[in-house]
Amino acid sequence: MMILLILSLSVKAFDTPNDGGGSITIEVVGLNGDLKNGYVYRNSMEDTTFELRGLISRTSYKYVDDGAENGKEYLYKVELEFDDTTLTLFTGPVSAKAQWYDPTRTSVLIFLIIFSGFVLWFIQLARKNPEGLFIRKIPALDAIDEAVGRSTEMGKPTFFIHGLSGITDAGTLAALTILRRVSSKVAEYETPLIVTNYDPIVMAASSETVKQAYAEVGKIDNFNEKNIVYLTYEQFGYTAGVDGLMIRENPGAVFLQGYFYAESLILAETGHSVGAIQIAGTTAATQLPFFIAACDYVLIGEETLAASSYIGREPVMLGSVKGSDYGKLFIMIFIGIGVIFATIATILNIKGNSILMNAFNTFMGWL
Amino acid sequence: MNISTDIWVWIAALLTLFIYSFLYKDNPFYKFAEHLFIGIGVGYTTVLLWFNSVIPKLWNPLVHGTSPMRFFLIIPILIGALMFSIFSKKNNWLIRIPIAIYIGAGSGLAIPLDFEGLIFEQVKGTILTKSMFNSFIVGFSSIVLFIGVIATLVYFYFSKEHKGFVGKTARVGIFYIMIAFGASFGYTVMARVSLLIGRMQFLLHNWLGIIK
Repeated sequence: MMILLILSLSVKAFDTPNDGGGSITIEVVGLNGDLKNGYVYRNSMEDTTFELRGLISRTSYKYVDDGAENGKEYLYKVELEFDDTTLTLFTGPVSAKAQWYDPTRTSVLIFLIIFSGFVLWFIQLARKNPEGLFIRKIPALDAIDEAVGRSTEMGKPTFFIHGLSGITDAGTLAALTILRRVSSKVAEYETPLIVTNYDPIVMAASSETVKQAYAEVGKIDNFNEKNIVYLTYEQFGYTAGVDGLMIRENPGAVFLQGYFYAESLILAETGHSVGAIQIAGTTAATQLPFFIAACDYVLIGEETLAASSYIGREPVMLGSVKGSDYGKLFIMIFIGIGVIFATIATILNIKGNSILMNAFNTFMGWL
Repeated sequence: MNISTDIWVWIAALLTLFIYSFLYKDNPFYKFAEHLFIGIGVGYTTVLLWFNSVIPKLWNPLVHGTSPMRFFLIIPILIGALMFSIFSKKNNWLIRIPIAIYIGAGSGLAIPLDFEGLIFEQVKGTILTKSMFNSFIVGFSSIVLFIGVIATLVYFYFSKEHKGFVGKTARVGIFYIMIAFGASFGYTVMARVSLLIGRMQFLLHNWLGIIK
């Protein structure tokens, strides 16, 4: 019996398909559950000895060697331990390489082309006529003027607190557009504005944004660069710093914009405790409940991006929001068609015709 | 009572109390802890970046490596160095180059993953199929999910005013969002309470030795 098993066993090593390279898969063919342990050793052709790399999985009978160098040839030795014998098999030479295209992700490519197509199309339209593209007004936007006005009446400064994300985050870019609107109002009303930053690059961008807004309303002399504050790149250090500043400066209005993590409630609670009117906006879904609990107005998720597009009418942002709107419409229609298709396929399947059901299952597998 | 004799436990305990003193009001102890925290944060991040990124990913391969490909590392060094152009009033526009590369690479990596991990899975999970109705609870939940996904998507559709049918559907969507936020709030508060318990355990067990 064991002799038959040994005769039927073979081991193969091949470049792991559809990956970025650096990986070789070793597979034992012909095993049926009798394996006790399987050790994989590797020789890089330049060495004289085999180095232990890992263990063969006892469920898939495979081992994936992720430590291979692309283009370099390797030999593999596999030691298979059974209850009463040990078998050694060799395979190779084999080398790893990166694939340019992963056919299992074709669905991603198709959807990406459709969605990018919507965005690019609307950016073009926005460039031609930005006023021609309709974006509904977000209620929290009116609150910006109200908050700055109230702060001015009380003779208190306005705080703009950036989130913890860098300049690459869409939420940060939207926050900068909102900062520009806030800065214009603050400059107009001649109220002090303090901007706290977690990221040094965001700080540089904030400084430029505020300066430009002051210049646009002809109040550049009132711009104080020292009020654009960099604190630290440490989450709770930043939180402690912002809290301290809020307590000492006693702002009348606080804007919390960008991507926040666990510090969201601590910041919002401190703002609430000093009696400031608070407007928050974040794409961090896990932190939105805290802002909703502790702030006066909240821009929920994508509303932050839509709000900044509404204010700025900047073609790229406007086109992106419109494009993603049509992406959402596409998804809704897709889900609706999917439900109708699945229902018809089920009815036909009950009546004995399984063609549509098979097509539906194949499509869902491809997706 | 078995008070700790470890100086670092004392420092950590006192700094914890300094930070908690903010709950009463702003005071010099809190200010001290706050400034110390910010200073250490800046220093720690700088050292971390130096030893986890610059030395192993740049310096070691470039200086101690043997592969001729290592000289390609000079390209990202030069691109990264353009970040410092922010200090030049004349050439600060150059900072757009590394930022554009950073945003492009980040989006290129994140968008396909979001499609696969979030959008496709959500769409597949929302399409009602016969197998979902094998059990009453799963079938009912699937219908609730289907309505929720569509209504929430309508709420975040900005190209139409929230009036008439769209407005009513969006209203259903905001109900779903608020229910989700309520659940998330409760869940996270529980997690935060466990953090507070951890700190109390540190103070009462590690520092004062009152509890076992």
